[in-house]
Amino acid sequence: MKNLVKKMSQNPSRLWSIALAVGLISTLASPAYAEVSGESAYVFNTLLFLMCGFLVMFMAAGFAMLESGMVRAKNVATICVKNISLFGIAGILYYLVGYNLMYDGVDGGYMGSFSLWGADDSAAEGGDFSGGYAASSDWYFQMVFVATAASIVSGTLAERIKLWGFLAFVVILTGLIYPIQGSWQWGGGWLSEAGFSDFAGSTLVHSVGGWAALVGAIMLGARAGKYSADGRVNPIQGSSMPLATLGTFILWLGWFGFNGGSQLALGSAIDAASVANIFVNTNMAAAAGVVAAMVATQVLYGKVDLTMALNGAIGGLVSITAEPLTPSIPMAMLIGAIGGVLVVVSVPLLDKLKIDDVVGAIPAHLVCGIWGTMAVPLTNTGTSFGTQALGVVSIGAFAVIASLIGWTIIKYTIGIRVSEEEELEGLDKTELGMEAYPEFT
Amino acid sequence: MKMLIAIIKPFKLDDVREALTSVNIEGVTVTEVKGYGRQKGQTEIYRGAEYEINFLPKIRLEIALEDDQIDAATDAIMSAAKTGQIGDGKVFVLPLEAVTRIRTGETGSEAI
Repeated sequence: MKNLVKKMSQNPSRLWSIALAVGLISTLASPAYAEVSGESAYVFNTLLFLMCGFLVMFMAAGFAMLESGMVRAKNVATICVKNISLFGIAGILYYLVGYNLMYDGVDGGYMGSFSLWGADDSAAEGGDFSGGYAASSDWYFQMVFVATAASIVSGTLAERIKLWGFLAFVVILTGLIYPIQGSWQWGGGWLSEAGFSDFAGSTLVHSVGGWAALVGAIMLGARAGKYSADGRVNPIQGSSMPLATLGTFILWLGWFGFNGGSQLALGSAIDAASVANIFVNTNMAAAAGVVAAMVATQVLYGKVDLTMALNGAIGGLVSITAEPLTPSIPMAMLIGAIGGVLVVVSVPLLDKLKIDDVVGAIPAHLVCGIWGTMAVPLTNTGTSFGTQALGVVSIGAFAVIASLIGWTIIKYTIGIRVSEEEELEGLDKTELGMEAYPEFT
Repeated sequence: MKMLIAIIKPFKLDDVREALTSVNIEGVTVTEVKGYGRQKGQTEIYRGAEYEINFLPKIRLEIALEDDQIDAATDAIMSAAKTGQIGDGKVFVLPLEAVTRIRTGETGSEAI
Protein backbone atom coordinates (compact mmCIF):
# COMPACT_ATOMS: atom_id res chain seq x y z
CA MET A 1 0.00 0.00 0.00
CA LYS A 2 2.82 2.34 0.85
CA ASN A 3 4.25 1.76 -2.63
CA LEU A 4 0.90 2.34 -4.24
CA VAL A 5 0.46 5.64 -2.43
CA LYS A 6 3.95 6.62 -3.50
CA LYS A 7 3.23 5.72 -7.11
CA MET A 8 -0.03 7.59 -7.10
CA SER A 9 1.55 10.67 -5.67
CA GLN A 10 4.01 10.56 -8.57
CA ASN A 11 1.19 10.28 -11.06
CA PRO A 12 -1.86 12.28 -10.00
CA SER A 13 -3.84 11.53 -13.17
CA ARG A 14 -3.84 7.86 -12.24
CA LEU A 15 -5.27 8.72 -8.86
CA TRP A 16 -8.15 10.52 -10.49
CA SER A 17 -8.90 7.66 -12.85
CA ILE A 18 -9.02 5.27 -9.88
CA ALA A 19 -11.30 7.66 -8.05
CA LEU A 20 -13.52 7.95 -11.09
CA ALA A 21 -13.64 4.18 -11.58
CA VAL A 22 -14.57 3.59 -7.96
CA GLY A 23 -17.34 6.17 -8.29
CA LEU A 24 -18.68 4.60 -11.49
CA ILE A 25 -18.62 1.05 -10.17
CA SER A 26 -20.40 1.95 -6.97
CA THR A 27 -23.01 3.97 -8.85
CA LEU A 28 -23.73 1.03 -11.16
CA ALA A 29 -23.87 -1.45 -8.32
CA SER A 30 -26.47 0.38 -6.24
CA PRO A 31 -27.66 3.87 -7.07
CA ALA A 32 -29.25 4.57 -3.68
CA TYR A 33 -26.66 3.59 -1.09
CA ALA A 34 -23.41 2.70 -2.73
CA GLU A 35 -21.38 0.64 -0.29
CA VAL A 36 -17.79 1.73 -0.79
CA SER A 37 -15.16 -0.94 -0.34
CA GLY A 38 -12.78 -0.61 2.57
CA GLU A 39 -9.90 0.03 0.22
CA SER A 40 -11.79 2.76 -1.64
CA ALA A 41 -12.66 4.50 1.61
CA TYR A 42 -9.01 4.17 2.64
CA VAL A 43 -7.92 5.82 -0.59
CA PHE A 44 -10.47 8.63 -0.34
CA ASN A 45 -9.71 9.35 3.31
CA THR A 46 -6.01 9.50 2.52
CA LEU A 47 -6.72 11.76 -0.41
CA LEU A 48 -8.68 14.14 1.83
CA PHE A 49 -5.79 14.36 4.30
CA LEU A 50 -3.20 14.98 1.61
CA MET A 51 -5.23 17.53 -0.35
CA CYS A 52 -6.47 19.43 2.69
CA GLY A 53 -2.98 19.17 4.16
CA PHE A 54 -1.37 21.02 1.32
CA LEU A 55 -4.10 23.67 1.50
CA VAL A 56 -3.25 24.15 5.19
CA MET A 57 0.44 24.25 4.34
CA PHE A 58 -0.31 27.16 2.00
CA MET A 59 -1.62 29.02 5.06
CA ALA A 60 2.02 29.31 6.14
CA ALA A 61 2.57 31.35 2.99
CA GLY A 62 -0.54 33.37 3.86
CA PHE A 63 0.82 34.20 7.30
CA ALA A 64 4.18 35.11 5.75
CA MET A 65 2.57 37.56 3.33
CA LEU A 66 0.11 39.02 5.88
CA GLU A 67 2.94 39.61 8.35
CA SER A 68 5.28 40.98 5.66
CA GLY A 69 2.65 43.53 4.75
CA MET A 70 1.93 44.53 8.33
CA VAL A 71 5.54 45.18 9.40
CA ARG A 72 7.73 48.07 8.27
CA ALA A 73 10.01 47.59 5.26
CA LYS A 74 13.09 47.40 7.52
CA ASN A 75 11.80 44.17 9.14
CA VAL A 76 10.28 42.32 6.17
CA ALA A 77 13.20 39.97 5.40
CA THR A 78 13.36 38.97 9.09
CA ILE A 79 9.65 38.13 9.24
CA CYS A 80 10.07 36.04 6.07
CA VAL A 81 12.97 34.14 7.68
CA LYS A 82 10.86 33.49 10.79
CA ASN A 83 7.92 32.20 8.77
CA ILE A 84 9.88 29.75 6.62
CA SER A 85 12.07 28.56 9.50
CA LEU A 86 9.16 28.02 11.90
CA PHE A 87 7.54 25.80 9.28
CA GLY A 88 10.73 23.75 9.08
CA ILE A 89 11.16 23.54 12.85
CA ALA A 90 7.50 22.62 13.38
CA GLY A 91 7.81 19.69 10.97
CA ILE A 92 11.04 18.41 12.53
CA LEU A 93 9.74 18.69 16.11
CA TYR A 94 6.44 17.08 15.21
CA TYR A 95 8.39 14.11 13.86
CA LEU A 96 10.83 13.94 16.78
CA VAL A 97 8.31 14.23 19.64
CA GLY A 98 5.12 16.04 18.69
CA TYR A 99 3.00 13.45 16.92
CA ASN A 100 3.50 10.60 19.37
CA LEU A 101 3.23 12.95 22.33
CA MET A 102 -0.17 13.97 20.97
CA TYR A 103 -1.55 10.65 19.68
CA ASP A 104 0.39 7.63 20.98
CA GLY A 105 -1.26 5.93 23.97
CA VAL A 106 -3.00 8.94 25.51
CA ASP A 107 -5.99 6.82 26.63
CA GLY A 108 -7.95 9.46 28.50
CA GLY A 109 -4.81 10.89 30.10
CA TYR A 110 -2.76 14.07 29.87
CA MET A 111 -0.13 13.21 27.25
CA GLY A 112 1.11 10.54 24.88
CA SER A 113 4.58 9.06 24.67
CA PHE A 114 7.97 10.65 24.09
CA SER A 115 9.04 8.77 20.99
CA LEU A 116 9.87 9.19 17.32
CA TRP A 117 6.98 8.92 14.93
CA GLY A 118 7.12 6.33 12.16
CA ALA A 119 4.58 5.34 9.49
CA ASP A 120 3.07 1.90 10.04
CA ASP A 121 0.92 0.82 7.10
CA SER A 122 1.49 -2.92 7.49
CA ALA A 123 -2.20 -3.66 8.12
CA ALA A 124 -3.29 -1.94 4.91
CA GLU A 125 -0.50 -3.59 2.97
CA GLY A 126 -1.83 -6.92 4.23
CA GLY A 127 -5.35 -6.10 3.00
CA ASP A 128 -6.86 -4.78 6.26
CA PHE A 129 -8.12 -1.27 5.63
CA SER A 130 -9.77 -0.73 9.03
CA GLY A 131 -7.09 1.87 9.88
CA GLY A 132 -8.98 4.11 7.51
CA TYR A 133 -6.11 6.07 5.96
CA ALA A 134 -2.38 5.96 5.24
CA ALA A 135 -0.42 6.80 8.38
CA SER A 136 1.75 9.40 6.69
CA SER A 137 -1.26 11.27 5.36
CA ASP A 138 -2.50 11.76 8.92
CA TRP A 139 0.96 12.80 10.15
CA TYR A 140 1.24 15.32 7.31
CA PHE A 141 -2.24 16.74 7.97
CA GLN A 142 -1.58 17.12 11.71
CA MET A 143 1.91 18.57 11.13
CA VAL A 144 0.64 21.50 9.08
CA PHE A 145 -1.72 22.38 11.97
CA VAL A 146 1.20 22.72 14.40
CA ALA A 147 2.89 25.09 12.01
CA THR A 148 -0.26 27.23 11.98
CA ALA A 149 -0.13 27.64 15.77
CA ALA A 150 3.50 28.78 15.52
CA SER A 151 2.72 31.22 12.69
CA ILE A 152 0.24 33.03 14.94
CA VAL A 153 3.00 33.83 17.44
CA SER A 154 5.44 35.27 14.90
CA GLY A 155 3.10 38.02 13.73
CA THR A 156 2.32 39.40 17.18
CA LEU A 157 5.96 39.61 18.26
CA ALA A 158 7.36 40.98 15.00
CA GLU A 159 9.80 43.89 14.70
CA ARG A 160 11.48 43.56 18.10
CA ILE A 161 12.10 39.89 18.98
CA LYS A 162 15.45 38.18 18.52
CA LEU A 163 15.41 35.64 15.72
CA TRP A 164 16.95 32.77 17.70
CA GLY A 165 14.94 33.55 20.82
CA PHE A 166 11.78 33.29 18.77
CA LEU A 167 12.88 30.05 17.12
CA ALA A 168 13.73 28.56 20.51
CA PHE A 169 10.16 29.25 21.56
CA VAL A 170 8.88 27.62 18.38
CA VAL A 171 10.73 24.46 19.46
CA ILE A 172 8.96 24.53 22.85
CA LEU A 173 5.57 25.35 21.32
CA THR A 174 5.60 22.76 18.54
CA GLY A 175 7.45 20.03 20.45
CA LEU A 176 5.73 20.28 23.83
CA ILE A 177 2.97 22.84 24.41
CA TYR A 178 0.89 22.16 21.30
CA PRO A 179 1.13 18.33 21.36
CA ILE A 180 0.42 18.01 25.10
CA GLN A 181 -2.77 20.08 25.10
CA GLY A 182 -3.69 18.56 21.72
CA SER A 183 -3.52 15.09 23.28
CA TRP A 184 -6.19 16.12 25.81
CA GLN A 185 -8.74 16.44 23.01
CA TRP A 186 -7.70 15.11 19.61
CA GLY A 187 -5.41 12.46 21.10
CA GLY A 188 -8.35 11.00 23.04
CA GLY A 189 -7.30 12.44 26.40
CA TRP A 190 -9.26 13.53 29.45
CA LEU A 191 -10.87 16.57 27.85
CA SER A 192 -12.45 14.59 25.01
CA GLU A 193 -13.82 12.15 27.57
CA ALA A 194 -15.28 15.11 29.47
CA GLY A 195 -17.31 15.96 26.35
CA PHE A 196 -15.41 18.98 25.03
CA SER A 197 -15.83 19.71 21.33
CA ASP A 198 -13.40 21.57 19.06
CA PHE A 199 -13.87 20.40 15.48
CA ALA A 200 -10.86 21.93 13.73
CA GLY A 201 -9.09 23.80 16.50
CA SER A 202 -10.51 27.20 17.52
CA THR A 203 -9.08 26.44 20.95
CA LEU A 204 -6.47 23.76 20.24
CA VAL A 205 -4.70 25.61 17.43
CA HIS A 206 -5.77 29.25 17.33
CA SER A 207 -6.26 30.08 20.99
CA VAL A 208 -3.09 28.21 21.95
CA GLY A 209 -1.11 30.21 19.41
CA GLY A 210 -2.91 33.33 20.66
CA TRP A 211 -2.16 32.63 24.34
CA ALA A 212 1.52 31.99 23.56
CA ALA A 213 1.59 35.24 21.57
CA LEU A 214 -0.13 37.18 24.38
CA VAL A 215 2.35 36.01 27.02
CA GLY A 216 5.22 36.73 24.64
CA ALA A 217 3.91 40.23 23.84
CA ILE A 218 3.59 41.11 27.55
CA MET A 219 7.08 39.83 28.38
CA LEU A 220 8.63 41.43 25.32
CA GLY A 221 7.01 44.85 25.68
CA ALA A 222 5.80 47.16 22.93
CA ARG A 223 7.82 48.33 19.95
CA ALA A 224 9.80 51.53 20.52
CA GLY A 225 7.55 54.53 19.96
CA LYS A 226 4.26 52.63 19.84
CA TYR A 227 2.93 54.11 23.09
CA SER A 228 3.81 57.60 24.35
CA ALA A 229 4.41 58.23 28.04
CA ASP A 230 1.14 60.20 28.18
CA GLY A 231 -0.76 57.08 27.08
CA ARG A 232 -1.18 58.10 23.46
CA VAL A 233 -1.16 55.32 20.85
CA ASN A 234 1.11 56.01 17.88
CA PRO A 235 0.11 53.82 14.96
CA ILE A 236 2.98 52.12 13.13
CA GLN A 237 1.76 51.47 9.63
CA GLY A 238 2.62 48.36 7.68
CA SER A 239 4.82 48.38 4.59
CA SER A 240 2.48 46.78 2.07
CA MET A 241 -1.29 46.58 2.11
CA PRO A 242 -1.37 44.52 -1.12
CA LEU A 243 0.82 41.84 0.51
CA ALA A 244 -1.35 41.85 3.65
CA THR A 245 -4.44 41.43 1.47
CA LEU A 246 -2.86 38.62 -0.55
CA GLY A 247 -1.86 36.90 2.68
CA THR A 248 -5.43 37.08 3.98
CA PHE A 249 -6.80 35.63 0.75
CA ILE A 250 -4.30 32.76 0.99
CA LEU A 251 -5.33 32.10 4.60
CA TRP A 252 -8.99 32.11 3.57
CA LEU A 253 -8.24 29.57 0.82
CA GLY A 254 -6.15 27.41 3.13
CA TRP A 255 -8.94 27.38 5.70
CA PHE A 256 -11.05 25.14 3.46
CA GLY A 257 -8.40 22.50 4.03
CA PHE A 258 -8.16 23.33 7.72
CA ASN A 259 -11.88 22.89 8.41
CA GLY A 260 -12.86 20.60 5.54
CA GLY A 261 -10.04 18.16 6.21
CA SER A 262 -10.99 18.02 9.88
CA GLN A 263 -13.99 15.92 8.86
CA LEU A 264 -11.18 13.30 8.72
CA ALA A 265 -13.08 11.09 6.27
CA LEU A 266 -14.22 11.09 2.65
CA GLY A 267 -15.14 7.42 2.35
CA SER A 268 -18.90 7.87 2.06
CA ALA A 269 -21.47 10.18 0.51
CA ILE A 270 -22.35 11.46 3.99
CA ASP A 271 -18.73 12.42 4.62
CA ALA A 272 -18.47 14.03 1.19
CA ALA A 273 -21.60 16.09 1.87
CA SER A 274 -20.25 17.08 5.28
CA VAL A 275 -16.96 18.27 3.81
CA ALA A 276 -18.83 20.29 1.20
CA ASN A 277 -21.14 21.84 3.83
CA ILE A 278 -18.10 22.71 5.93
CA PHE A 279 -16.59 24.51 2.93
CA VAL A 280 -19.73 26.63 2.56
CA ASN A 281 -20.05 27.45 6.26
CA THR A 282 -16.35 28.31 6.43
CA ASN A 283 -16.70 30.67 3.48
CA MET A 284 -19.84 32.34 4.82
CA ALA A 285 -18.34 32.93 8.26
CA ALA A 286 -15.31 34.62 6.68
CA ALA A 287 -17.54 36.65 4.36
CA ALA A 288 -19.66 37.86 7.27
CA GLY A 289 -16.53 38.53 9.34
CA VAL A 290 -15.01 40.85 6.76
CA VAL A 291 -18.27 42.73 6.11
CA ALA A 292 -19.01 43.08 9.85
CA ALA A 293 -15.50 44.42 10.52
CA MET A 294 -15.83 46.93 7.67
CA VAL A 295 -19.21 48.17 8.87
CA ALA A 296 -17.92 48.38 12.45
CA THR A 297 -14.91 50.53 11.46
CA GLN A 298 -17.12 52.75 9.30
CA VAL A 299 -19.52 53.29 12.20
CA LEU A 300 -16.84 53.71 14.89
CA TYR A 301 -14.22 55.70 12.98
CA GLY A 302 -16.02 57.13 9.96
CA LYS A 303 -13.76 55.25 7.52
CA VAL A 304 -13.18 51.67 6.45
CA ASP A 305 -9.89 50.32 7.81
CA LEU A 306 -8.44 47.74 5.41
CA THR A 307 -6.27 46.05 8.04
CA MET A 308 -9.31 45.60 10.28
CA ALA A 309 -11.31 44.18 7.37
CA LEU A 310 -8.49 41.67 6.81
CA ASN A 311 -8.43 40.79 10.51
CA GLY A 312 -12.23 40.49 10.35
CA ALA A 313 -11.99 37.78 7.70
CA ILE A 314 -9.54 35.84 9.89
CA GLY A 315 -11.75 36.46 12.94
CA GLY A 316 -14.75 35.01 11.12
CA LEU A 317 -12.71 31.98 10.03
CA VAL A 318 -11.37 31.29 13.52
CA SER A 319 -14.87 31.67 15.00
CA ILE A 320 -16.38 28.97 12.76
CA THR A 321 -13.44 26.58 13.19
CA ALA A 322 -14.68 25.05 16.47
CA GLU A 323 -17.89 23.89 14.75
CA PRO A 324 -18.07 24.34 10.98
CA LEU A 325 -20.49 21.46 10.35
CA THR A 326 -23.67 21.83 12.43
CA PRO A 327 -24.53 25.55 11.93
CA SER A 328 -27.02 26.54 9.25
CA ILE A 329 -25.68 29.08 6.76
CA PRO A 330 -27.31 32.10 8.54
CA MET A 331 -25.94 30.81 11.84
CA ALA A 332 -22.45 30.42 10.35
CA MET A 333 -22.69 34.01 9.11
CA LEU A 334 -23.79 35.23 12.53
CA ILE A 335 -20.92 33.41 14.26
CA GLY A 336 -18.46 34.87 11.74
CA ALA A 337 -19.92 38.38 11.95
CA ILE A 338 -19.64 38.44 15.74
CA GLY A 339 -16.01 37.33 15.29
CA GLY A 340 -15.41 40.25 12.92
CA VAL A 341 -16.87 42.76 15.39
CA LEU A 342 -14.89 41.22 18.28
CA VAL A 343 -11.69 41.89 16.31
CA VAL A 344 -12.56 45.56 15.77
CA VAL A 345 -13.35 46.00 19.47
CA SER A 346 -10.34 44.04 20.75
CA VAL A 347 -7.61 45.82 18.77
CA PRO A 348 -7.97 49.22 20.55
CA LEU A 349 -8.56 47.38 23.84
CA LEU A 350 -5.13 45.73 23.59
CA ASP A 351 -3.64 49.13 22.78
CA LYS A 352 -5.21 50.54 25.97
CA LEU A 353 -3.41 47.78 27.88
CA LYS A 354 -0.21 48.66 25.99
CA ILE A 355 0.02 45.15 24.57
CA ASP A 356 1.60 45.61 21.14
CA ASP A 357 0.26 43.05 18.66
CA VAL A 358 1.73 43.95 15.26
CA VAL A 359 -0.70 42.01 13.06
CA GLY A 360 -3.79 41.68 15.29
CA ALA A 361 -3.27 37.96 15.92
CA ILE A 362 -4.46 38.09 19.54
CA PRO A 363 -7.88 39.55 18.63
CA ALA A 364 -8.33 37.32 15.58
CA HIS A 365 -6.98 34.03 16.92
CA LEU A 366 -7.34 34.18 20.71
CA VAL A 367 -10.48 36.25 21.23
CA CYS A 368 -12.34 34.73 18.26
CA GLY A 369 -11.01 31.28 19.19
CA ILE A 370 -12.67 31.58 22.60
CA TRP A 371 -15.86 32.95 21.03
CA GLY A 372 -16.00 30.17 18.43
CA THR A 373 -15.47 27.49 21.05
CA MET A 374 -18.19 28.90 23.31
CA ALA A 375 -20.57 29.18 20.33
CA VAL A 376 -20.46 25.43 19.61
CA PRO A 377 -23.44 24.54 21.86
CA LEU A 378 -25.62 27.04 19.94
CA THR A 379 -25.83 24.56 17.06
CA ASN A 380 -24.35 21.29 18.33
CA THR A 381 -26.78 19.70 20.75
CA GLY A 382 -24.19 17.16 21.87
CA THR A 383 -22.18 19.81 23.70
CA SER A 384 -22.69 22.10 26.68
CA PHE A 385 -21.45 25.55 27.67
CA GLY A 386 -19.95 24.07 30.84
CA THR A 387 -17.66 21.58 29.10
CA GLN A 388 -16.77 24.13 26.42
CA ALA A 389 -15.73 26.56 29.16
CA LEU A 390 -13.78 23.77 30.83
CA GLY A 391 -11.80 23.27 27.63
CA VAL A 392 -11.19 27.00 27.08
CA VAL A 393 -10.04 27.54 30.67
CA SER A 394 -7.92 24.39 31.09
CA ILE A 395 -6.13 24.71 27.76
CA GLY A 396 -5.80 28.46 28.28
CA ALA A 397 -4.27 28.00 31.72
CA PHE A 398 -1.87 25.34 30.46
CA ALA A 399 -0.84 27.40 27.43
CA VAL A 400 -0.26 30.53 29.54
CA ILE A 401 1.76 28.77 32.25
CA ALA A 402 3.81 26.70 29.80
CA SER A 403 4.46 29.74 27.60
CA LEU A 404 5.44 31.80 30.63
CA ILE A 405 7.99 29.16 31.64
CA GLY A 406 9.24 28.86 28.08
CA TRP A 407 9.61 32.60 27.47
CA THR A 408 11.27 33.08 30.89
CA ILE A 409 13.89 30.41 30.21
CA ILE A 410 14.64 31.94 26.81
CA LYS A 411 14.73 35.47 28.22
CA TYR A 412 17.50 34.59 30.69
CA THR A 413 19.51 32.43 28.26
CA ILE A 414 19.35 33.45 24.61
CA GLY A 415 17.45 36.68 25.30
CA ILE A 416 14.23 37.70 23.61
CA ARG A 417 14.51 41.39 22.77
CA VAL A 418 16.93 43.17 20.47
CA SER A 419 18.53 46.43 21.68
CA GLU A 420 16.66 49.66 21.02
CA GLU A 421 19.39 50.74 18.62
CA GLU A 422 19.01 47.52 16.62
CA GLU A 423 15.23 47.91 16.66
CA LEU A 424 15.40 51.44 15.25
CA GLU A 425 17.92 50.38 12.61
CA GLY A 426 15.62 47.52 11.60
CA LEU A 427 16.05 43.80 12.21
CA ASP A 428 16.86 43.11 8.55
CA LYS A 429 20.14 44.98 8.85
CA THR A 430 21.05 44.05 12.42
CA GLU A 431 19.80 40.43 12.66
CA LEU A 432 20.31 39.34 9.06
CA GLY A 433 22.57 41.88 7.39
CA MET A 434 20.28 41.98 4.39
CA GLU A 435 17.23 43.88 3.22
CA ALA A 436 13.90 42.80 1.80
CA TYR A 437 13.91 45.54 -0.81
CA PRO A 438 17.58 46.49 -1.40
CA GLU A 439 17.00 48.32 -4.69
CA PHE A 440 13.99 50.24 -3.38
CA THR A 441 14.68 53.82 -2.34
CA MET B 1 16.97 88.61 -12.58
CA LYS B 2 14.77 86.90 -10.06
CA MET B 3 14.42 83.46 -8.56
CA LEU B 4 10.82 82.36 -8.23
CA ILE B 5 10.07 79.63 -5.70
CA ALA B 6 6.56 78.18 -5.64
CA ILE B 7 5.05 75.61 -3.25
CA ILE B 8 2.03 73.86 -4.76
CA LYS B 9 -0.20 70.85 -4.26
CA PRO B 10 1.40 67.78 -5.87
CA PHE B 11 -1.53 66.92 -8.13
CA LYS B 12 -1.37 70.43 -9.67
CA LEU B 13 2.15 69.99 -11.08
CA ASP B 14 1.12 69.10 -14.63
CA ASP B 15 -1.35 71.99 -14.84
CA VAL B 16 1.28 74.43 -13.60
CA ARG B 17 3.89 73.14 -16.05
CA GLU B 18 1.44 73.62 -18.95
CA ALA B 19 0.53 77.12 -17.79
CA LEU B 20 4.20 78.10 -17.54
CA THR B 21 4.95 76.70 -20.99
CA SER B 22 2.03 78.68 -22.44
CA VAL B 23 3.65 81.94 -21.27
CA ASN B 24 7.01 80.86 -22.76
CA ILE B 25 8.76 80.01 -19.52
CA GLU B 26 11.12 77.13 -20.11
CA GLY B 27 13.19 75.54 -17.43
CA VAL B 28 11.77 74.55 -14.06
CA THR B 29 13.38 72.53 -11.28
CA VAL B 30 10.98 70.45 -9.21
CA THR B 31 11.47 68.79 -5.81
CA GLU B 32 9.11 66.77 -3.62
CA VAL B 33 8.94 68.42 -0.22
CA LYS B 34 6.91 68.21 2.97
CA GLY B 35 5.70 71.02 5.14
CA TYR B 36 2.84 72.78 6.79
CA GLY B 37 1.31 76.24 6.79
CA ARG B 38 -2.19 77.31 7.75
CA GLN B 39 -3.47 73.95 6.56
CA LYS B 40 -1.62 72.39 9.54
CA GLY B 41 -1.69 68.62 9.40
CA GLN B 42 -4.60 66.24 9.26
CA THR B 43 -5.89 63.48 11.51
CA GLU B 44 -6.05 59.90 10.28
CA ILE B 45 -7.12 56.64 11.93
CA TYR B 46 -5.14 53.38 11.69
CA ARG B 47 -6.40 50.30 13.51
CA GLY B 48 -8.57 52.36 15.84
CA ALA B 49 -5.86 54.84 16.91
CA GLU B 50 -5.87 58.46 15.76
CA TYR B 51 -2.66 60.03 14.56
CA GLU B 52 -1.62 63.41 13.16
CA ILE B 53 0.08 63.87 9.84
CA ASN B 54 2.02 67.05 10.65
CA PHE B 55 3.86 67.46 7.38
CA LEU B 56 1.90 67.31 4.18
CA PRO B 57 3.49 66.45 0.84
CA LYS B 58 3.97 69.43 -1.51
CA ILE B 59 5.88 70.22 -4.71
CA ARG B 60 8.48 72.98 -4.78
CA LEU B 61 9.28 74.72 -8.10
CA GLU B 62 12.38 76.82 -8.71
CA ILE B 63 12.43 79.06 -11.77
CA ALA B 64 15.09 81.59 -12.78
CA LEU B 65 13.45 84.55 -14.57
CA GLU B 66 13.99 87.94 -16.12
CA ASP B 67 12.41 90.76 -14.06
CA ASP B 68 9.69 91.32 -16.69
CA GLN B 69 8.65 87.66 -16.63
CA ILE B 70 7.74 87.60 -12.94
CA ASP B 71 4.14 88.81 -13.24
CA ALA B 72 3.31 86.44 -16.08
CA ALA B 73 4.86 83.50 -14.23
CA THR B 74 3.09 84.32 -10.97
CA ASP B 75 -0.27 84.68 -12.73
CA ALA B 76 0.24 81.41 -14.59
CA ILE B 77 1.07 79.52 -11.38
CA MET B 78 -1.82 81.13 -9.50
CA SER B 79 -4.41 80.33 -12.12
CA ALA B 80 -3.21 76.76 -12.57
CA ALA B 81 -2.55 75.79 -8.93
CA LYS B 82 -5.57 77.40 -7.32
CA THR B 83 -8.28 75.15 -5.92
CA GLY B 84 -9.68 77.70 -3.47
CA GLN B 85 -9.10 75.26 -0.64
CA ILE B 86 -6.66 75.83 2.20
CA GLY B 87 -3.20 74.46 1.41
CA ASP B 88 -2.88 75.70 -2.19
CA GLY B 89 0.64 76.99 -1.48
CA LYS B 90 2.65 80.16 -2.03
CA VAL B 91 4.86 81.96 -4.52
CA PHE B 92 8.09 83.60 -3.34
CA VAL B 93 10.26 85.90 -5.45
CA LEU B 94 13.91 86.47 -4.52
CA PRO B 95 16.65 88.54 -6.15
CA LEU B 96 19.03 86.48 -8.24
CA GLU B 97 22.63 87.70 -8.34
CA ALA B 98 24.28 85.61 -10.99
CA VAL B 99 23.58 82.77 -13.40
CA THR B 100 26.09 80.71 -15.38
CA ARG B 101 25.28 78.10 -18.00
CA ILE B 102 27.70 75.28 -17.36
CA ARG B 103 27.94 74.04 -20.96
CA THR B 104 28.83 77.34 -22.64
CA GLY B 105 29.98 79.60 -19.84
CA GLU B 106 27.33 82.20 -20.74
CA THR B 107 26.32 84.42 -17.83
CA GLY B 108 23.47 86.74 -16.82
CA SER B 109 20.29 87.00 -18.91
CA GLU B 110 21.75 84.89 -21.70
CA ALA B 111 22.11 81.98 -19.33
CA ILE B 112 18.46 82.02 -18.18
